[in-house]
Amino acid sequence: MGDFSLQELTSILAMQGFVGISLFSVLLLMALGLAIIFGQMGVINMAHGEFMAMGAYTTYLLSVMTQTYFPELMNYYFLVAIVASFIVAGAFGYLTEYVLIRHLYKRPLDTLLATWGLSLIMQQSFRSYFGAREVSPTLPDWLMGSWMPTDSIFIPINGMFVLGLTGFVTLGVFLLMYRSAWGLNVRATTQNRVMSGAVGINTKRVDRLTFALGCGIAGIAGAAFTTIASTGPTSGSLYIVDTFMVVVFGGAASLFGTIASAFTIAQAQSILEFFISSSMAKVLTLLTLIVILMIRPEGLFSSKVRK
Amino acid sequence: MFEVENLQVSYGQSQVIHDISFKVDKNETLAIMGRNGMGKTTLFKSLMGILPSQADKVSIEGVSVGGMESHQRVANGIAYVPQGRMIFSNLTVQENIETGLQVSKMKSIPDEIFALFPVLHDMRHRKGGNLSGGQQQQLAIARALVTNPKVLLLDEPTEGIQPSIIKDIAKVLNEIRKMREITIIVSEQVLSFTMEIADRIIVIEKGKFIHEDMRADVDAAMIKKYLTV
Repeated sequence: MGDFSLQELTSILAMQGFVGISLFSVLLLMALGLAIIFGQMGVINMAHGEFMAMGAYTTYLLSVMTQTYFPELMNYYFLVAIVASFIVAGAFGYLTEYVLIRHLYKRPLDTLLATWGLSLIMQQSFRSYFGAREVSPTLPDWLMGSWMPTDSIFIPINGMFVLGLTGFVTLGVFLLMYRSAWGLNVRATTQNRVMSGAVGINTKRVDRLTFALGCGIAGIAGAAFTTIASTGPTSGSLYIVDTFMVVVFGGAASLFGTIASAFTIAQAQSILEFFISSSMAKVLTLLTLIVILMIRPEGLFSSKVRK
Repeated sequence: MFEVENLQVSYGQSQVIHDISFKVDKNETLAIMGRNGMGKTTLFKSLMGILPSQADKVSIEGVSVGGMESHQRVANGIAYVPQGRMIFSNLTVQENIETGLQVSKMKSIPDEIFALFPVLHDMRHRKGGNLSGGQQQQLAIARALVTNPKVLLLDEPTEGIQPSIIKDIAKVLNEIRKMREITIIVSEQVLSFTMEIADRIIVIEKGKFIHEDMRADVDAAMIKKYLTV
């Protein structure tokens, strides 16, 4: 650090902080879906990362198709790809819940094992269809380049776009969960499944749509992911541990907790990575989380009410 | 009319409800009394579809609901106020009530509900978990009422409630019956409360109905014998 002037150090911290914000965006998008599924259904979805990869591959496919058949639309395809990623991952999530998950409720270990098996099947399918090498979609021109607020600070435009997308999706999830009848059903079912059925809520339908929504959001995370990194068959699994950390640390039932937790973990990792090695940064972050969870096992944000 | 014929419920190999049959008319209140562990809650849970059961008939006004899941039974007119209230503690009072609105297809909570339970209107933005036991009981009844039930099941509504509030609950239940002409089935251990609301009293002992009285000629001594350990 002695080799840097104060101005250089400030610029590095600002840019490193923005790298953290990009990581925060992907982590938050992943964690939102996982938190909804885990918090509401108690299902530990080990294949969540692969749903993200599914979104990323959908974006890649659309990029290739647009480039081949409609090159004049290359500037617009990415917005369509975000919606398509949500629909493809969501539809596959809906099917997964119907075929697999619903038979395993109340058996968390079996669910964990089954979704882990599903993740392996999905990884191999990606490998068989797209190959083992990583692929990247061609990004539209408007997503390229950087914004320079000062001479020494470069903020990548794709990072800002992902941040904006994350904000939009988070707001959408908030409105859905706290301002809609469906969200009320989800929150009621999260708290007391039996009683929810006894007030007339079709909890099985809520489960299926919740799982689909969680997977759909992972698909959006995948589309966002393609703007900052290339996609391989195991790309999703690289994020799954961090995503679980976000959910557990934030408190599974708290949207605000998930946001705060994703921000803290992403920033801690990103800034530490500059000063120490990447793996040591991860170890230090993980150790800190373990200590905090020993003091607050329910996560950072949990409500205090009479049960 | 609510009709049940030959209802049986078992936990594994052990049968806890033995061939229970009964009919309750529209605008009638039936009380089912018995000690803890005699099968009252199991009976109610099986009627709600929460516990699996076997029966020749469970029907509301001729419509069979026997094989249905809980939410379908609610849609067909059964509402449930469980033992221990089971309100959604993290939802506000208003949200708790609104969970029941979707079945009745009403857009907002009817004024009638807040007229019956004014305290819930005052506390509508508070979390359900921060209410007192009596207020939670009122909330659980309100939540059941907005589903527009034909049959209202209340499992030990006086449990853990202070005496002054018990009187209020009795008054409200009588008012509800007068207003809506619904069937009410209540399980209880407090005879004085039962005498204020019930037309008919049945005693349950080890999963069987063993005694039945109309309120006018109730044998209090006999019933109390079955309520004491």
